[in-house]
Amino acid sequence: MAMTVEEITKLIKLSIPDAIIKLVDQRGDQDHYQATIHSNLFAGKSKIQQHQLVYQALKGYMGGRLHALSLTTIAITETSKK
Amino acid sequence: MNTTAIVEQIKKDIRDNDIVLYMKGTATLPQCGFSAVVVQILNRLGVQFKGVDVLPNPLLRQAIKDFTQWPTLPQLYVKGEFVGGADIVREMYENGELKELIDAKGIKVTLK
Repeated sequence: MAMTVEEITKLIKLSIPDAIIKLVDQRGDQDHYQATIHSNLFAGKSKIQQHQLVYQALKGYMGGRLHALSLTTIAITETSKK
Repeated sequence: MNTTAIVEQIKKDIRDNDIVLYMKGTATLPQCGFSAVVVQILNRLGVQFKGVDVLPNPLLRQAIKDFTQWPTLPQLYVKGEFVGGADIVREMYENGELKELIDAKGIKVTLK
């Protein structure tokens, strides 16, 4: 199974519109990605909650069509914007 | 074992064991890189843990994902609380939060 960078980015942006996404296809098989995602929506949330937001955005593909997604989530806060 | 019994077993395991790792494979023979990363971290921290291999039991493999609303494995529990998957555990280990959590929960380091 596999997903393209465009598909993953589009899905994440649908649920997390302000997301700044850096996606790396780690094995060139479109199935093992490393993602670094910045978003305002992560502010004030625990790491688990932040990652769950991303998994929910991927609408059940995670662990199915998309085998592995190594996630780093970073909250954009007011101070980090300046 | 049906799903209800499996969920009861999950609740029992995370209640009766300080640290539980739901994983693919076993602690001595992890079958997935992400599971191996967490096993390595727990070994480096020198803590005992119960490894639960989900590969032989598809119902368990699905039940644990539903239980935590977390779509992937491995999944780490400390004192009954879901801590996270490989990414979060690695991040917490690297910034010292995992050691702090284990100390704060009074879990003894036994293997050094």
